Amino acid sequence: MRVKFNWVAVAVVSLVGLTAAQSAVAADEVNLYSARKEKLIKPLLDRFTHTTGIKVNLVTGKADVLLKRLQMEGKNSPADLLITTDAGRLHRAKAAGVTQGFKSSLLESEIPASFRDSEGHWYGLTLRSRPILYVKGRVNPAELSTYEALADPKWRGRICIRSSSNIYNQSLVASMVASSDVAKTEMWVAGLVKNFARPPKGGDRDQIKAAAAGQCDIAIANTYYLAGMLTSKDAGQRAAAEKMAVFWPNQNGRGAHVNVSGIALTKAAKNRANAIKLAEYLIGEAAQKWYAEKNGEYPVRAGVAQSSVLEHWGKFKMDSLNLSRLGELNPDAVKLMDRAGWK
Amino acid sequence: MKIQLEVNNASIAYGDKEVVNRVSFTLQEGDIGSLLGPSGCGKTSLLRSIAGFEPLSKGEINLQGCCVAKPGYMVAPEKRRVGMVFQDFALYPHLTVADNVIFGLRGETKKQRSERLNELLQLVDLQHVAHHYPHQLSGGQQQRVALVRAMAPRPDILLLDEPFSGLDVELREQLAREVRDILKRDNITAVLVTHDQLEAFAMADFIGVLGEGRLRQWATGYDLYHKPADPFVADFIGQGVMLAGTVTGANRVDTALGMVEGSLSANVADGDRIKLLLRPDDLLHDDDSPLQLEVVDKAFRGAEYLYTLKLSDGSHVMCLVQSHHDHAIGRSIGVRVHADHLVTFPAD
Amino acid sequence: MQSDSLELKIKTAFQRPAFNFLSFGVVALCLLMALPVMVIVGYIFVPAGDVWQHLADTVLKDYVSNSLLLMLGVAIGVLVLGVGAAWQTSMCDFPGRKIFEWALLLPMAMPAYIIAYTYTGLFDFAGPLQTLIREMTGLGYGEYWFPEIRSVEGAAIMLSLVLYPYVYLLTRAAFLSQSICVLDVSRTLGNGPWRTFFTVALPLARPAIIAGLSLALMETLADYGTVQYFGVSTFTTGIFRTWFGLDNSAAAAQLSAMLLLFVFILVMLERISRRQAKYHHTSQRHQAIVRFKLSGLRGVAAFSFCFVVLFLGFLLPAGQLLYWALTTAEESLDLDFLILVWNSLKLAGLAAILALCLALFLGYANRLQNGWLVKTAVRVAGMGYAVPGTVIAVGVIIPFAAFDNAVDAWMDETFGLPTGLLLSGTLVALLFAYLVRFLAVALQTVEAGLGRIRPSMDEAARSMGCKSQEIIRRVHIPMLKGSLLTALLLVFVDVLKELPATLILRPFNFNTLAVRAYELASDERLADASYAALTIVVAGILPVILLSRSITRSRHEDTT
Repeated sequence: MRVKFNWVAVAVVSLVGLTAAQSAVAADEVNLYSARKEKLIKPLLDRFTHTTGIKVNLVTGKADVLLKRLQMEGKNSPADLLITTDAGRLHRAKAAGVTQGFKSSLLESEIPASFRDSEGHWYGLTLRSRPILYVKGRVNPAELSTYEALADPKWRGRICIRSSSNIYNQSLVASMVASSDVAKTEMWVAGLVKNFARPPKGGDRDQIKAAAAGQCDIAIANTYYLAGMLTSKDAGQRAAAEKMAVFWPNQNGRGAHVNVSGIALTKAAKNRANAIKLAEYLIGEAAQKWYAEKNGEYPVRAGVAQSSVLEHWGKFKMDSLNLSRLGELNPDAVKLMDRAGWK
Repeated sequence: MKIQLEVNNASIAYGDKEVVNRVSFTLQEGDIGSLLGPSGCGKTSLLRSIAGFEPLSKGEINLQGCCVAKPGYMVAPEKRRVGMVFQDFALYPHLTVADNVIFGLRGETKKQRSERLNELLQLVDLQHVAHHYPHQLSGGQQQRVALVRAMAPRPDILLLDEPFSGLDVELREQLAREVRDILKRDNITAVLVTHDQLEAFAMADFIGVLGEGRLRQWATGYDLYHKPADPFVADFIGQGVMLAGTVTGANRVDTALGMVEGSLSANVADGDRIKLLLRPDDLLHDDDSPLQLEVVDKAFRGAEYLYTLKLSDGSHVMCLVQSHHDHAIGRSIGVRVHADHLVTFPAD
Repeated sequence: MQSDSLELKIKTAFQRPAFNFLSFGVVALCLLMALPVMVIVGYIFVPAGDVWQHLADTVLKDYVSNSLLLMLGVAIGVLVLGVGAAWQTSMCDFPGRKIFEWALLLPMAMPAYIIAYTYTGLFDFAGPLQTLIREMTGLGYGEYWFPEIRSVEGAAIMLSLVLYPYVYLLTRAAFLSQSICVLDVSRTLGNGPWRTFFTVALPLARPAIIAGLSLALMETLADYGTVQYFGVSTFTTGIFRTWFGLDNSAAAAQLSAMLLLFVFILVMLERISRRQAKYHHTSQRHQAIVRFKLSGLRGVAAFSFCFVVLFLGFLLPAGQLLYWALTTAEESLDLDFLILVWNSLKLAGLAAILALCLALFLGYANRLQNGWLVKTAVRVAGMGYAVPGTVIAVGVIIPFAAFDNAVDAWMDETFGLPTGLLLSGTLVALLFAYLVRFLAVALQTVEAGLGRIRPSMDEAARSMGCKSQEIIRRVHIPMLKGSLLTALLLVFVDVLKELPATLILRPFNFNTLAVRAYELASDERLADASYAALTIVVAGILPVILLSRSITRSRHEDTT
């Protein structure tokens, strides 16, 4: 009996020691699960630490994996914040019950209502548009109009787009379901698939490169990829990107599809104040500008100077759909794409 | 002479299965004994129990008068002062020949060690490969290294487990004689385990034939051949056939070969039904003999032919005939029995 | 003779009464190692709902057919490359043979996902090669034929190019140990070299070939990086998508279980072939092989074959990486990168040492306690090698989080001291996943090393007066040294290359070279990924060379 008690005591003491050590470190820090790649978040975090003295602990990964991790870890999760690169995942996190609503007058005033959760579970940080890119000279922009029109047989064998496993495509399709219904969207996808120049492969840059190289005339890709190629050190990438032009679809209707990268406060957050500070920092002018310049994304905050590349593509009308819908409709979108044969 | 090894009623069992059953024998200092038998007869288990790798289930083993093993008690192998040569030689591939040989030397000075090394390598004529690694040696050389390595610490007894089985046939007998010379020169007591009787004959002073875990006979090679204790030994050692017969009067046995005469042991009586052991050299070729038998098989042995002959009742006997007497299969040749001492066993 | 050696096996070197602590320890450790797989298998019985129906209706047949196609392609690829190269370097003599002997192992240092990045950069429609073709011929898309690199076939080629060394390694060893007489007999019976190859050498080496093949196929099934990058839906990508994307653990676990079935078949195949291998060593004695001298055109052909294999599997991708690193990469060798390197080395080193310790423990336990229980347990512990990292990672997260939360709840309730997460999200979890995945690598090497220390060697030492510690010091350590180093390095490099488990399980502020390479490549910045990729490759070369050296050496030792 004595021996047993001693063991328990040792276990308790060491565990307490560990926890104490953990909480001691936790004094001035914030823990972040980020689906943004390290290269596209770390510099900002470093600046944040520099200004505020709050240390940011970062782990990057695929959004779905991070979400799963949050779920598994439950109320003991060390994460305070979750950053994802699309709204669908933010909604999924909310639905999974791993986030909590929070109020910030700064975030609420700077971020348009459609780019944040009505209950404050998540806030958009940057905007990412997914317009139609066409090869200059081979496509007359007058022929282009809406996403819906891309299912027209005249585009047979002329469209490049990546796989349906990609969340940007899933969100695009979800936005179309939101604007009509599942059946119509499935028909549209079936028509679009018929127009594919090749089975979907590669990422967005690959679609742009393929179009520039002549494999197709139209590529659907997020604009920041094109921006990245235009500013690349690689001459080949620059040349390819320069052959492409941006067409903003559905300008007479709901507007071009946009998505956000966004941030959510986890339910388990132990550094709540620091977490909100970081969220507010990321919506600040400096951070917004950094994203525009560094990664060609559109600031979610109004009035921030855009990079010259973005300026060049002009202003456009954005789809005002509340992005939570993208998450709600995601399972429908994935399944209908599977059914319609979008690989 | 003092007794070096005494095995007393030793049994070895794996679970319920007894593989060695109440074996007893002794070896005097300088004697070479051999445990001979077919596969699975328990000879290796017995050797390993002498070395200290197998426990005894019954009986005891004494080395130089001290008990080293009895049920529930085992002196560790490293404390028995035994040397062992393994079937696969078990040379250490990471050590040179020299380092292998001095592996078991402890307590000696460097000088003593190198003297012992030279002495041993000289003994087996391997000085020139002292700095080679085992894989660079031939099989015979590896065997000799294994031998002197086991001898190096001057063990009280040397155990050899099928030490020649991995070698070419020609090499075997030659090495067996060489090894015997080496052991005799140093007056080393040794036990050899083998399934090859020629090897045992070439090396051992006394041979124990084991069959199904029991020691059938402990004797010299000559006695095993000429005075086998039971049909198993008679069958295992040398060649020969068993002829059914009946004792009819003093020193006469009636068989399918006719009446065979020769001295009989005292424990058979007139009228006993027995089996008579006939070795090939018990039959002599004699063209004039009234006993004419058909040749059913023959084997050329250089100086001799070994003929297999058919008797009237269908059983076979064997006969060694000088090779210039070449008879075709199917023909008959004349033979007569020439045996001084008749070896008989009770009929089943 | 047979039953004598059987006795030897039954009663091994150290005769001890049954030591139950040891068996208990082994079984407990092995169960721990099997935990992730058991967790996954446990999910089979959870109903998966309509998602499973959806999968079955839509993508499941793609997963199955792509996985099978991939395996078929890789099987053909590694057989042609591996057996061909092994035959030429072991049985023939031609210019450059000595260099090819070890250089042909170099592709082992190239992770499949990295070779996929470089080939995509080179051979994609928009890549330099096709662009050049278009510029030279003036043809546009669809007007000329060019193999599509991002396809099942492309993935099969990529995997073949880096996995053939498994077949090469084992087959070469088999060829070298074949009794030359057997081949000579065939020649005297009037068969030419080619006929001899197909009718005698190949069937004799079959167990080794199958063993190598099944290793390559296990790696193929476990691959995530390559197929994910090429957009080929296989079981691994399917599991990932179902688990995380469709958020259905049960369906994902059921997919994993299907995958494990494939793996199980491969493991059985390998075991059976290995058992046969024992009976195929016809000659014990060392015999110098008389190689067929290939001169003239045939020499050129042999040289070209080996060179092309080496070029495609190593020189070309390594060269491309180097070119990117030197010209277009925006990444630089700054402090950040050095930390990355240090993290990777630290993690790989720790995992390697731990794996080695466990392998030694299990190896010795198996040697001392030769019962079926220990033997089975050790086999089970080795199964993780065939399980994809994604599956293992998921299998680690679930029990660790459950354990942490349970401990936390209990401590909170009993002592009012919540402990939070103790293991989840720490290096412990990641290291555990590595051990589950790579213990088999160390175990196999250690067991092979221990196997060379025959029981009679222990017994010889004991009969010469050595106690156990002395035997360990004077016989085991010197004889095992090479195997231990090999095991250490093999695990080290495997961990260095490991991607999916690292991606999922790593703690805060902790990145590795593999993760960096993957993040940049998946962000379509291939050139920037080159520094990290190149570092992984360079680190991988060292053990490959060591391995090839230890093979030449062990060949000598086996013949004593």
